[in-house]
Amino acid sequence: MLELHDGALNVPEILTRWYVQESASNYGAYIPFVGTVRDEDGIEGLSFDVYEPILTSWFDAWVAKAAPLGAKLKMAHSRGDVLLHESSYIAAVFSPKRRVALETIDAFVEDFKASAPIWKYDLRDGQRLYARDRSTAIAGAGLLGSAQ
Amino acid sequence: MITVEFLGPIQKPILSMEASTLRDVAEVLRQDDEMAQWIDSCAVAVNDTLVSSLDTVLKEGDKVSLLPPVCGG
Repeated sequence: MLELHDGALNVPEILTRWYVQESASNYGAYIPFVGTVRDEDGIEGLSFDVYEPILTSWFDAWVAKAAPLGAKLKMAHSRGDVLLHESSYIAAVFSPKRRVALETIDAFVEDFKASAPIWKYDLRDGQRLYARDRSTAIAGAGLLGSAQ
Repeated sequence: MITVEFLGPIQKPILSMEASTLRDVAEVLRQDDEMAQWIDSCAVAVNDTLVSSLDTVLKEGDKVSLLPPVCGG
């Protein structure tokens, strides 16, 4: 399940809803990761652009990868502005046993940071500034600039 | 004709052009001063699937997307 929300995520609602959805699914482990906007470097918040078609195919590939392990993935992300101390990202793994869930949430969140087509901006002095120095080029980037 | 769209922070409107492979798109964008700061760091998708070869064949109506460095979460 992939959810996109305009603005900040309602963390208690999402975590509770996911818990209830899987409460009778016989999973032994539910491991959520909640990303919160921190007060640092004078920012007023963050803002996000999301390209949904490729995000969806990226997420679907992860669902297929997790399924043989008996794991289920859920993810929610914000579009637009998210202010300090609000949440923009929740990922969660359900699995029969803890080890698979712990390893999957680690690999999933790391690949999310490196590959998911989402762009982050700092909100500062009323401006929306691309966080280029904190961004990662997707694997294979630079194709059009290369002399193949 | 194919279209080229620029995602995220690249402030550039959609382009339409004649192109038979991604190599044709690359030749046009390499001459575009606005793209100089982006071209070496963008991933490329054709019809929303990431691709890895300049020899990728394009057909009428295809959509090429440029994805600059990402940072979700």
